[in-house]
Amino acid sequence: MPLVRIPTVLRKHTDGAAKVEADGATVGEVFDQLVARHPGLGDDLFADGQVRGFINVYVDDEDIRYVSGLDTPVEDDTEVAIMPAVAGGAELPSVGR
Amino acid sequence: MVQQTPSRTATTQPFVLDQATFDLLVERAWSDFPYEVCGLLGVREDGRIVHFAIDNAERSMTFYSMEPKQLLRAMREIEDEGWGLAIYHSHTHTEAYPSATDIRLAAYPEATYLIVTLQDRDHPEIRAFDIVDGEVTEKPLEIRGLSEPT
Repeated sequence: MPLVRIPTVLRKHTDGAAKVEADGATVGEVFDQLVARHPGLGDDLFADGQVRGFINVYVDDEDIRYVSGLDTPVEDDTEVAIMPAVAGGAELPSVGR
Repeated sequence: MVQQTPSRTATTQPFVLDQATFDLLVERAWSDFPYEVCGLLGVREDGRIVHFAIDNAERSMTFYSMEPKQLLRAMREIEDEGWGLAIYHSHTHTEAYPSATDIRLAAYPEATYLIVTLQDRDHPEIRAFDIVDGEVTEKPLEIRGLSEPT
């Protein structure tokens, strides 16, 4: 079953677990199961059905934005990583991707 | 500057940086001047610091965003090794204090946020902060000569 890496800031929703198993054939399906089990994750991960702009999601080493987004396929031994972007600065350019 | 109240989860324990890493961060801040630079530090249990230079994907004077793939690799190694996490970036023209954007986008409550400033060209400075739930708590930075950066 794919393993999902949870960042510290979201572990309050997974009883402190850093890695959580969830099944599915795509990232979207894995996340659906994840959110069904840990409902608090929903609002922190998604806005309008899309992954929030400041959260990076990777399948193994690939950023899913450059694969197929939530339709990116996953295998049984895939690691899906959720990782908030690390960003800052005096001004904010258009980053709402 | 906004007055900050201490966060109940923050500590005031000093962040210990060895002189060689301090020098490395200042050198790196100059390396892409006037653009902001950024990276991560892994703090091993013995106090040694492992440096991960990460490209600023924005290459901007006023904004930084760590290149996602480099971020993944560094963050994964730090987490899997069980090292402490520090996140640094540079300010080239302003003081070493988190900006409103820095605070709003701070998503790693477990990290120490380091800001290197070159505002005073002859006296570069680094300051250390916890940023938890939008609250900034400065912590003392202690410079020691204990390790070579890797």
